[in-house]
Formats: sequence, structure tokens, C-alpha cells
Amino acid sequence: MNYLYFLYIEFLAKHNIPQLFGDITFYVIPITIIFIALLVVVLGLVLFERKLLGWFTQRKGPNRVGLWGLFQTIADAFKLLCKENITPNGVDKFLFNMAPLLMFTPALVVLCLIPFSAEFTFANFGTNSLIYVILAGLPVLSILIGGWASNNKYSLMGAMRNISQILAYELPIAFSLLGIVVLSSSMNLKEITLAQSSQYGIFGWYWLPCFIGFIIMFVSILAELNRCPFDLPEAESELICGYNTEYSGMRFALFYFGEYTLLFANALFLSVLFFGGYLSPFGKYLSPILFNGTLGNVLIYFEQAFWLVLKSFFVIFVIIWIRAVFPRMAAFDLLKFSWSILLPLSIFNLFLMVIIKFLTGGAYA
Amino acid sequence: MNETNLLKLNLGPQHPSTHGVLRLILELDGEKIVSCKPDVGYLHRGMEKMAEKLRYVQYLPLVDRIDYLAGFFYSELLCRNIEKALEVELSERVKAIRIIMLELNRIASHLLWIGAFLMDLGAVSPFFYAFREREMILKYFEKVTGQRMMNNYFVFGGVRRDIFDTSDIEEFLNILPSKIKDYERIIDRNPIFVQRTSEKGVLEPETALNGAITGVNLRASGINYDLRTKDSLYKGYEFKPVVMNEKDAYARYRARVLELTESAEIIKQALEQLKKYSDLNQTLIKPIGLILPEGEYYSEIEAPRGLASCYIKSKGENKPYRLKWRTGSYYSVNLLRKLLKGAYLNDAIAIAGSLDIILPEVDK
Repeated sequence: MNYLYFLYIEFLAKHNIPQLFGDITFYVIPITIIFIALLVVVLGLVLFERKLLGWFTQRKGPNRVGLWGLFQTIADAFKLLCKENITPNGVDKFLFNMAPLLMFTPALVVLCLIPFSAEFTFANFGTNSLIYVILAGLPVLSILIGGWASNNKYSLMGAMRNISQILAYELPIAFSLLGIVVLSSSMNLKEITLAQSSQYGIFGWYWLPCFIGFIIMFVSILAELNRCPFDLPEAESELICGYNTEYSGMRFALFYFGEYTLLFANALFLSVLFFGGYLSPFGKYLSPILFNGTLGNVLIYFEQAFWLVLKSFFVIFVIIWIRAVFPRMAAFDLLKFSWSILLPLSIFNLFLMVIIKFLTGGAYA
Repeated sequence: MNETNLLKLNLGPQHPSTHGVLRLILELDGEKIVSCKPDVGYLHRGMEKMAEKLRYVQYLPLVDRIDYLAGFFYSELLCRNIEKALEVELSERVKAIRIIMLELNRIASHLLWIGAFLMDLGAVSPFFYAFREREMILKYFEKVTGQRMMNNYFVFGGVRRDIFDTSDIEEFLNILPSKIKDYERIIDRNPIFVQRTSEKGVLEPETALNGAITGVNLRASGINYDLRTKDSLYKGYEFKPVVMNEKDAYARYRARVLELTESAEIIKQALEQLKKYSDLNQTLIKPIGLILPEGEYYSEIEAPRGLASCYIKSKGENKPYRLKWRTGSYYSVNLLRKLLKGAYLNDAIAIAGSLDIILPEVDK
């Protein structure tokens, strides 16, 4: 974060503010900004999904609260906040209350690993892509705990389904990530992003050489997020609401919010790995052209974040599109699909990446 | 298998995919169903007992509620019984109007089923697409009868009022083929849909016959039995009953989609009849003081959910001595005992959905 850091310290020094204050606030301010932005994005995401599903099914979607229903999600969240938190008899109270938090926390933590722009990565270390995969798989624990503690048969079955599903789909994710690691010679998400910049523009991004890996990763992430057609853990028509059947009020809202945060995080992760992360699709950034001097140079970082979020919204759009079209898969077909098709294919993909890397002589590096 | 290892699951009566208040008591080994016991009666309104206390004309509006998705069929049955008893002949135009209404109702019922079935399988959109087309029919019903459902349109000896404008039906019949093509595009060739329904819930013809299954479920098992071919109301209409040989849930889905086209064909022929006979020419039976001669009366019809029939025993009073309804779904519910054994839980939802069970019709 060199460039922005020096600009900030210089600005403070001009006004006679000690450097220590700058050192602290330099990290606190962006985190606050990102958290507020995250809240807005996730609230927007819920609306985005409802609007899109409405359009796919020839409805209007939410359109009463605010302009185009902009405040619908806020109204819903407020309603959930006001609702009574019902704790059914016979639940394990400690675990029952813990589960929504355990869902929500990893969802927030993984966002710190995403390189939003060249200067904004809060946890930028060598193996952060691997850590991402591990942390993003963590909410399954909360689903298991929530499903078990609820003392409800439907919840328990949803939790059991989720465990077998995550076990089956974590491996293909790891293997197709390895393919990317081979291509980019790095496990760091920022370096993976930078490795994708080439004179070929969008065709230099990894979705093209690693197309099989992209499909595998996309499908597996759908499964990990419990999105349609892999929404078995909360299959409404079978298990009522799956693991969160007994949750109400703010606890349910935390589950819900955590799910959408994870959806956003995973879409960001996919965009970083396969769609060139924060790179501009035009090859050049627009802000230095539009604005001269320091302003243009600072705006680059916001532009990069904009491109990344835009790409992730494209991924989310496809995920919602799939939800509008596909029915739910059967539980055993789902496991068979992963173990007998995705896993061998992802190992094949890994070898393919090694061959591509070897043949191009490190052009993808 | 040790009995204590089985999970006893109460599916319903409040459950999103039991279409009302069906309760299935399942015993699960993991997700595999070891035994299934359907429990019905949560929506019992005493339809048959009520008939004994009410005059025929007072009872007529109630029978629409037996199956709220196919109310016309049940009022047709009651009217037919009384017309039979009093030996009243219907004019050609009344017959055509009744056929139009019945078949439109069948299309509406099948459309709703398609949407609900896909909803059970986890697909959202087809539900709305099917409801969009169903809405056109309901709008037409409202125009003619004043009600969207529970129409109370057929009366003893005829219909409540004549049809004047058929342009809405013609428009609906024009767009229906393209909409059916849309359904086929989004549903039939969807690999997940095929995987979830084909070879699931195979209903052998012998099982179906022994279980008194009728209607689409029977025809999808390869038995050509459509009561409309023998029905005097449908005399002179040309149509071919839809018979499928695959016996599974997919065949039942396909059969219902094909029946949409079949019903549309019948409506087209009925519209021709309407043009031919412009005079309503009906002699309504005076409902006040209506007395059925002593005797037993029985009539049956091909309803969307199988054979429906009405039996009346009269002792020469203005109220029936006994009245009994036979409805198709009741027998389908019983079939679940056999079909669900050995199936997995998420197949169970697909199988139960594919039988088209409507609970008010079961409980009466």
C-alpha cells in the first residue's frame, strides 16, 4: 500500500498530525469503508436477486418500498430485527445461538483475503488463496451445529446433506485451484491477478486456458453455497427450510446475511481466479485518462475495485439465472456427479495445466 | 435392521410440498424410506353428510369446493344425476358450453399441476409461466360466471347464462401451442428434470388397476382408459386419449402436457358446435320444490384427477337420503404406501407430486 500510504502521511504531515495517528487510521478507515460497502452490496444483492428472479418469471419484483424497491431489503431486515427470537424447547441453547455467528464470521473474514485493488488487500500473504478455500468451507460447521442443535429432524437431515455435499465438492475446488497455481506460479491472489495481465486483454485471463477448471470451480462453488441446483440442505419442498427451519428473527437474518456475503465473496474469488481480478477489461485504466494528476492516480484503486465488483456481479447474475431455470438435483446423483465426474475431471485439468505451462514455456506466468 | 435405527418423520400436515394437508408418516433409514403411511382427513368438511341436510339447489354451490381446481366437474356430476332422474335432455348448445367449461377447467387444473410439480422439484420459473396461462382461463371464467373459482355455473337442466363472446377462448387456444413449446423447452429437455423423474415411481399397470387408479396416472401406465370416450356428453367429438407406456413420473408429466393439446382440440370442436347452434334452448328444472323420485342414481365423469362419480339414493324427498362422491385423488394417496417404499426422500416428493393429489378432493 505504498503509494496511498505516502500520500496519506504527507497529507497529515502538512496539517501537523503525528505519523502514529496516520499509521493507525490508514488501516481502520478502509476497513470501515469496506464493511459499510459490504452491507450495502449484500443488501443490494438480495434486491438484485429478487428483481432478476422477478424478471425471469415475468413479474416486476419488489417495487413498492422506495424507488424500484430499493429499500425493500432494508425494510425486510428491519422486520426481522423486530421479530421475536423463538428458541424452541429441547434445543442446545449455546450451540443454537452460536451457529448463526459461526456462519457470519468466516464470511466476513474471507473478504479480507480478496485483492480489491492493487493497494487494498488486508491479508496479503503467500498462500492466501489456500486460506480462502479453507475459510470459505468453514460455514459448513455452523450449518452442522445449527442443524444438530435445533432438535428438529428436518434441520438434522439438511445438515447431514450439507456435510456430504461439502465433502464431495471441496476437493474439485482445491484441484482446480491447483491448476491456477500451476499456471500463475503463485498461491497469492494478488499475484494470480497480476499474472493474468497480458497484451491479449480479456483473452489472457485464465478462463480461456483453464476453461475446464473454471466450469468445475463454478459448479463446485454453486454446491458449496447451497445454491440451486444444489440447494439440497435447505430444499424448501422437501426439508421445509433445512438447517435453519427453527431459526427466526435476527438469528435467521444472520444466516441469510452470511449466505449472501459468502455468495458475494465466492463470486469475487471466481473473478479473481478466472476473470483477471481487478484488471480492466480494456487493458488500460480509464481514470488516469479522465482525470489528471494525483486524483487520477488515486482513482485507479477505486476503478480497480469497481471492475472486480462488476465481474463478480456478472458471476452472480449467472448463478441467479441458473436458479431461475433448473430444478433441484437428487441427493445421490449430486454426490455421484462430484465423485465420478468432477473429481477425475479436475485432476485431468491439473495435468492439462502442467502441459500448457510446459508448452508455452512459461508465457502464462 | 434394528428398529431403533429408523428415523420416524412426520411429513405434513403443515409442509410446503404436500399441497394442503396431506400427512405422511415416514420411517427413514438415512434418507431411504422404509415405510410410508398416509394419513388423510385434515380437510374433512362432511360434504356427503351435509347433502342429507340441504336441498339440491342449496347443495349445488357447495360441490365446487370438493375440488377447488376442478369445480365444474363436480357440479356437472350433480346436475347430471338430477337431469337423469327427471329425464331432462340437454340442448346441443348447452352441451357445447358445458364441454368448453369442463375442458378449460381441465387445462387450468393441469397447468397448475405442472407449475406445482416443478416447484416441488425445486424449479421456480415454470410455476409462474403456468400460472400466467391459467390466469387467462380464470379471467374468462370470471367473465362468464362471475367467479374465478367455485363457479357455480351449471344448473339443473342447463347453464346459468349463455356464452356470448368466445374471442378470449380463441385467443387462448391460439397461444397455447407456443406456450406448450416453451414448457417443453424449459422442462422436458432439462437434464436434471429428466434425471429426477424418469424411472422414478414406476406404477405397474396391475398395481394401478388393483388400487383403483384412474385418469392420467392410469393412462401413463399404458392402459387406455378414458371415460370421455364413453361419455354421452362427449358424443360426436373426435379425440385420442393420451396413453404413455413408460409408467414413471416423467410419463405422467408428459401425459398431462399432451392432454393440454387434447383438451384444446376438444374445445375447438365445441366452439364449432356453438356456432352451429345459436339458440340456447334450455328448460331449467325449477329448483324450488325439486323432488327426486325414489331410486338410486349414479353418474360418472373423467375429471382431471381420475374418475369422479356421484351416487344419490333418494326416498322421494327434496333432500337426498344418501349421497356419495368418488374422487380420483383418494386412491392415489393410498398408492403412496407402495410407491414410496424404498424410494429416497427427495424422490418421494417427486413421486407424490407426480400423482397430482388434491387434498380437499381426498377428504371431501
